[in-house]
Amino acid sequence: MAKLKVALYWAASCGGCEIATLQIGEKILKLAEAADIVFWPVAVDVKYADVGKMPDKSIDACLFNGAIRTSENEHIAKLLRAKSKLMIAYGSCAYEGCIPGLANFYNRQMIFNRAYVETPSTDNPKKIYPQMRVKVPEGELEIPEFYDTVKTLAQTVDVDYFVPGCPPEEKSTWLALEALIEGKLPPKGTVISPSTKAVCDECPRKKEEKKIKKFYRPYEIIPEPEKCLLEQGLLCYGIATRGGCGALCPQANMPCTGCYGPVEGVIDQGAHFLSALSSIIDSNDPEEIQKIVNDIPDPAGTFYRYSLPASLLRRARIK
Amino acid sequence: MEEIRIGVYICQCGLNIAGVVNVEEVAKYAGTLPNVVVSRHYRYMCSDPGQDLIKKDIQELGLNRVVVAACSPKMHEPTFRKAVEDGGLNPYLYEHANIREHCSWVHDDKKLATNKAKDLVRAAVRRVYYHEPLVIKEAPLNPNVLVVGGGIAGMQAALDIANGQHKVYLVEKDPSIGGHMMQLDRTFPTLDCSECILTPKMSDVGRHPFIELLAYSEVEEVSGSIGNFKVKVRKKARHIDESKCIGCNVCEEKCPWKTDSEFEMGLAKRKAVYIPFAQAVPHLAVVDPNLCAYIKSDGKKCGACIKFCEAQAITPETLLKQTDQIIEFDVGTIIIATGYDQFDPSVIPHYGYGKYDNVLTGLQFERMTCAAGPTGGKILLKDGREPESVAIVHCVGSRDQNYHEYCSRVCCMYGLKYAHLIKELAKADVYEFYIDMRCFGEGYEEFYKRLSEEGVNFIRGKVAKITDEALSDEEKGKLIVVGEDTLLGKIVRVPVDMVILCSALEARSDAENLAKIFNINRRADGFFLERHIKLDPVATPTDGIFIAGCCEGPRDIPDTVAQAEATAAKALSLISKGTITTEAAISYVDETICSGCGICEALCPFQAIELQPRDGKRVSHVNEVACKGCGACSAACPSGAIAMHHFTNEQILAQVEALFS
Repeated sequence: MAKLKVALYWAASCGGCEIATLQIGEKILKLAEAADIVFWPVAVDVKYADVGKMPDKSIDACLFNGAIRTSENEHIAKLLRAKSKLMIAYGSCAYEGCIPGLANFYNRQMIFNRAYVETPSTDNPKKIYPQMRVKVPEGELEIPEFYDTVKTLAQTVDVDYFVPGCPPEEKSTWLALEALIEGKLPPKGTVISPSTKAVCDECPRKKEEKKIKKFYRPYEIIPEPEKCLLEQGLLCYGIATRGGCGALCPQANMPCTGCYGPVEGVIDQGAHFLSALSSIIDSNDPEEIQKIVNDIPDPAGTFYRYSLPASLLRRARIK
Repeated sequence: MEEIRIGVYICQCGLNIAGVVNVEEVAKYAGTLPNVVVSRHYRYMCSDPGQDLIKKDIQELGLNRVVVAACSPKMHEPTFRKAVEDGGLNPYLYEHANIREHCSWVHDDKKLATNKAKDLVRAAVRRVYYHEPLVIKEAPLNPNVLVVGGGIAGMQAALDIANGQHKVYLVEKDPSIGGHMMQLDRTFPTLDCSECILTPKMSDVGRHPFIELLAYSEVEEVSGSIGNFKVKVRKKARHIDESKCIGCNVCEEKCPWKTDSEFEMGLAKRKAVYIPFAQAVPHLAVVDPNLCAYIKSDGKKCGACIKFCEAQAITPETLLKQTDQIIEFDVGTIIIATGYDQFDPSVIPHYGYGKYDNVLTGLQFERMTCAAGPTGGKILLKDGREPESVAIVHCVGSRDQNYHEYCSRVCCMYGLKYAHLIKELAKADVYEFYIDMRCFGEGYEEFYKRLSEEGVNFIRGKVAKITDEALSDEEKGKLIVVGEDTLLGKIVRVPVDMVILCSALEARSDAENLAKIFNINRRADGFFLERHIKLDPVATPTDGIFIAGCCEGPRDIPDTVAQAEATAAKALSLISKGTITTEAAISYVDETICSGCGICEALCPFQAIELQPRDGKRVSHVNEVACKGCGACSAACPSGAIAMHHFTNEQILAQVEALFS
């Protein structure tokens, strides 16, 4: 049997997904047995032009991590889509926009202003911003366009599968690769994860009644080791987040932050978490409720930490 | 999948809708929508011929979905569901668009209103496409009834039901049943003695084998729904042994500690241990723990009652150790008859209540004329003299934008009754200040006519103030009632010895709390809201909970009794059917998604959700009988595992998208 051809790409993301692919450990030998890597900029020296020369659909699968932040991201996403039989959005950035997607609370000008003028370590009195084109003696240089809005991969090209996580845990990664190697592909559009349920399903902590009088940030309390973190006032996102990670964070006394995205069938993860939280605040007094709610730091960033571009909101409207 | 065939019917509602919305245009437009097979408009869709149109089209055109655009679904959704069912379809394959309250009644631009009606119809058509047939089930109804409030309304309702040999729990917060009616002296217009007609009913209630009387008790918690309410009652500690107390009153005679009597409206004193009044039911003593020196000193002081109680009903144990009891039971229906509070006239400073000795409220005057009352039935001033002149002031706190805008309905009549009693008992001059004389009940106008021949001075006008500042010798030592006589068009100053303020009836101070406990609504004026002001006046929007008497608004005794009987009939009709139809549009859990986080369980107002074990983990389970389809669980479920029948994401999103497309 001919070996599979696999491409990996890193768009707008931190690079963690690249490392996560290696988390499969010795199973990488199985992968190497079954597949050739034809494109992987971080590890293999293959140029964009080389990809352009490959026949359409000649790559069996592309594991694409990262959101679509720049025209370069978009260009390569479209190129790889054309060359690949299967496009897999690998990791939260490609799947939902993730941390880079939080930029959608601002616009390009605000981001440039912050990054190139306002930050305390920046000395830029003339307020020089990056330009797409610049003339130098040798000719005109061009860099990719920085878009106003971060998009998910699926908002840019047709995507076959999604692997959730920031980054995806080993089990999820292997589930996707195994399906590929063995040719047992799930229906198109599947979010590949060992669980269709929420993180709570995998979390060994004891669940009793959820009634919250006060929210705490993780540094403010030492949580009881066996009791549900949310019941202790920590903003644990596990109730509204797809499992598959094995509830790693709650088991290390850290509340889930929601990186595996919404549970199967949920349209907007942030809205569901918000709606659930507002249902368990233990007060009927509007003033007290306001006080309790005020303890939630950075609500937009908390509820949409991983999913803003993929949410119903997509981005903030900037006047 | 079967082909979806939708019929759309636009109701003209006479000119209610057709006067603003071009129904012909809307019907024509609806006919162009996908899957719409027939689209009609008709004068009154709710009429028999209107409903027959639907039935006929279902049968002849093979419709399998129906949309009616008409009035509010609160009004006629059940009507059309029934019509659809009669036509041979599942009643849930129907959708209602409200183009009256939501459109024609609130708009006057015909073109825009017509466009909006089209939008609403398009959204309903899109939604009904996704409707699914649902199964309606029957569940047994618990025949026991809870009656809250032991005034005349609660007693009457309890007796009617108990006489039908059904168990009634009657909960009264005071130590005795009787309510405000027990405080009244004589009742208008017949002038028969209130306690004479009430005490036989009280003892009937006390003795009835089918009534469990829980006096000195308050409902703390109600859960569940029609047919199966779970009730938690706090029975307050009387600090006596109820099984031993014989009501001999010796404890009360010997008790040295006094305070103002609530029953006598502060005109007499009661003791720390007391029986509220002579005819109290149950006839048991009660100890006021805030006054009793023995309790307050933790057994170090007094203890007179312990010594003198031959029945040994009062002991150090009962005084110091007895605590409130929580009693729990199940009922199928609930009648709320919690009555009213008398408006406190001291909030109107220019009327001088609380400042001048001889300015009284209506209920204080009732106690004064009562033969068993603090003055032995004599009308007396504070200094013991009989008054030579008395003013009666109507509409104190009623028909007044500063306090209550509503009419309290009974004040004119009791004011006239006072005038008669003053003439009869004290032979004093009477000045009656009224705004309008409202004498609408049986025998009321005749009573007014009789009074106008008894030499009462009627002055039409609102009283501005009551003062003791005399402007002339004649006014010295008197209370001067200042007001406008609107018939003469001049300001009058009337010096009198006594003033009676006809205080408004207002919603009880605990009405808000009760509304929360029973999950019922209140009107802007604070009284409980009926389901329909004309056609369902004793029901509440919560199925199985009924309201009677003054908790629903001021009313006189005949109306109160009639209402109480109406609530009993409502409860009895449910009991006689024996089953309830359960809601079909309820929530359901996808166990492959549910992670058992438990958010829904605590949230369900009907305790219809519980977490059940599955393969070593827990998943939510919906009790289909208890679920009322409120949707709280579904909205709160963070993982989308709970959905609502008839309110699926698909249905709602289709409707929303169609509305804005």
